[in-house]
Order: sequence, then structure tokens, then C-alpha cells
Amino acid sequence: MKIYNAKLIIPGLLIFVVMVTFPIWYNKGSAAPPPEPSLNTPAIQRMAEKQCVLPKDQMRTDHMQLLNEWRTEVVRNGNRLYVAWDGKEYNMSLQNECMRCHSNKSEFCDTCHVYAGLKSGSQPYCWTCHIAPKENK
Amino acid sequence: MESNRRSFLKIGGICALGLGALPVTKALARKALPQVSDFPEALKANQWAMVVDMKKCWEQADRDCKDCILACHQYHNVPDIGTIKEEIKWLWQESYHDTFHDQATKFNIANIEHNPIMVLCNHCTSPPCVRVCPTKATFKDKKSGIVKMDYHRCIGCRFCMAGCPYGARSFNFRDPIPYIKTELNMAYPARERGVVEKCSFCTERLARGLFPACVEACRHGALTFGDITDADSPVRKLLAENYSIKRRPELGTGPNVYYII
Repeated sequence: MKIYNAKLIIPGLLIFVVMVTFPIWYNKGSAAPPPEPSLNTPAIQRMAEKQCVLPKDQMRTDHMQLLNEWRTEVVRNGNRLYVAWDGKEYNMSLQNECMRCHSNKSEFCDTCHVYAGLKSGSQPYCWTCHIAPKENK
Repeated sequence: MESNRRSFLKIGGICALGLGALPVTKALARKALPQVSDFPEALKANQWAMVVDMKKCWEQADRDCKDCILACHQYHNVPDIGTIKEEIKWLWQESYHDTFHDQATKFNIANIEHNPIMVLCNHCTSPPCVRVCPTKATFKDKKSGIVKMDYHRCIGCRFCMAGCPYGARSFNFRDPIPYIKTELNMAYPARERGVVEKCSFCTERLARGLFPACVEACRHGALTFGDITDADSPVRKLLAENYSIKRRPELGTGPNVYYII
């Protein structure tokens, strides 16, 4: 088999492959370390059993759905008390309940949100209105 | 398989048993699922209402008393932008002629002319703001009769501001957070640029068994709060004893803030 214009085609193909794979080998080894959200807050340390509203894995993947459901229940339906699967009671409030334990927004919320590259300054827009607790730094 | 009456009845019986067990398993399963409800201490009413006794407000010597406004605006992180156009207000003062311009005449008792009247959202029985809201961001809460705002849903079209005949709604033309001049209330959110805000009859306080911040702050008992549908409530008692007026009753909005003047 003979390739016409092999002089041009083969270097061209090579350049094409190099350019297409450029992002892969250029970023190799420089991957950002996976985030480690910190649970080191006074409120969490005081807890005998360190348990969030839902089991940890579920919180990790579904906290946004939970927050959205809480929002709907509180704002639209006027319910504010949440009895969790383990019988514990929670006040359905981001500012007053979530942040009561997770008072370290920059080390807890932000670590993953920045890593995942969420839009608008790498933060979900919860914090345009809701007031995050003051952190002593 | 050979089918006879006996086996048919057997299978039928098992199926009936299974259907009967369905509600039982459902009830058992529900226990493990999260439940939502009100706080047990929540105050409940079919329609919350307020009676503003301006006589009591005016009687007191210190005319500059703005305790109710300060308490409300501090509690709800209401900003002070500083210009009339961008003013954000939940509870504020208005002149008699502006408040009751349909009922005001040229000749009034002297008391009325130069005294301010406290005005706020009337939490109407049929609120025009709710009718015009295209996203249902503002809605009439069926449980309490409060006209509520869902700031998450507000797109800032300001139809509600055009619809409200009482001027009870304010638009955030800019990010309000830098303009909050009172101490931040960490238990209550602020708002963002591009949403409309207004008095909420302190829904979040009622849920905790507390009366609205303004009612609690008034030292002279000029603000009375209660259920208008309950004949024994303090508001109904006041209305039964005193002649009261409402703002622009001819519009049919059914305001739930009453004035004793």
C-alpha cells in the first residue's frame, strides 16, 4: 500500500496526536490533591457520637438535595423541625443548624466546592444571602 | 398445574393476607424515614393580624421613639442604603395623608395632621402581589395567612411592587450586605441584589413561639398581634372595643393591619 503525500501526512498526523493529547501529558503529575474537609470544630468535638443528619456517604453526595428539601419545607410549607432517620431532631436551617456544627466554612464547605470548581468564585450561591459564621483566623 | 377450588382459595387467602399486610409494612417503614413538622412551641393562627393603636403611640412623650422599626430592621438585617429611591423598609413611618389618602379630608383633628403613622405589609386576605408574581416567589401561606417571600425564587421583576397598593415592598438595587449598619443578626439571612423584600410578620419567630420583633419592642403597647379569626384573640377584643380603619379597603385586598386613630 502506498500513501500519497506521506511526507506531509505522517508529520501532520503526529502533530495532530500531540496536540490532542496535550492536556493529558501537560497536566500529568500536577493534579490537585483531593480535598479533605475538616471536621475539627468545637461543636463537633463535643459530640459523643459524630453523626450528621444523614450517614456520611449520603451527606457527601446528597447534601444539596437535602438542603433544597429543607428550603422547600421551611419556606413553602412552614415546617421547621426535622426528625432524622435515627430519631434525632434538627432545626431545618443552613445558618442555624448546619453551621452550628460546621462553623468552619472555609475549611469544610469551601474545600470541596473549590476543588469541584463550582461557579461564581468557586462557591455555591448560598452565601450571597446566608451569613456564614465568623471564623477566628 | 392442576387447579381446583381448594388451591384457588389457598392462593386467594395468601394474596388477601399480603394486601392486608401492606399498610402495616408502610407504617413500619415510615418510622425509619425522616419526618418534618412544626416546632411544638410554634404559635398558630388561621390569619395573623395586627392592630396598630396610633393613639398609644402618639401619647408617649418621646416623639422620636422608633423602637419597633429599629428592632425589626436589626432583627432582619435590613440595610440602610441612604437614598429614598433605594430605601429598603419593612416597617416605617408615613404621614396620615399618604397612609389614608382616600379617607383623609382637608379638615382633620390637629392630632392627626403632624403625626406619623406606622405602616407595614398588610398581609392581605387576597394579596395583589401574589396574583402578579410570575414565579410564585411571593405567596399566601395557607396555614398562617401570612404573605411570605421565597427569596430563592424571586427573579426581581418587581411586578409585586407595582401590584402592592401600600408600597410595602422594597427592591434591592445593589448588594445590601455592605449597607447593613446595625449589628448583624447571625440567625437570620440577608438578601442579595435583585430580590424584593418586605415584612414577614416574623414567621421565623412565630415558629419559635415568639411574637414579632416590633410587637415585642414597643414599650407602649401600641402594637397588638393575634389571630383575626379567633374571637377571643387580643386583636379581636381591641377591634370590638375601638373604631378601627384599614388602608384602602375599597381595593378589596382585605388588609389585615388595623389602625385605631
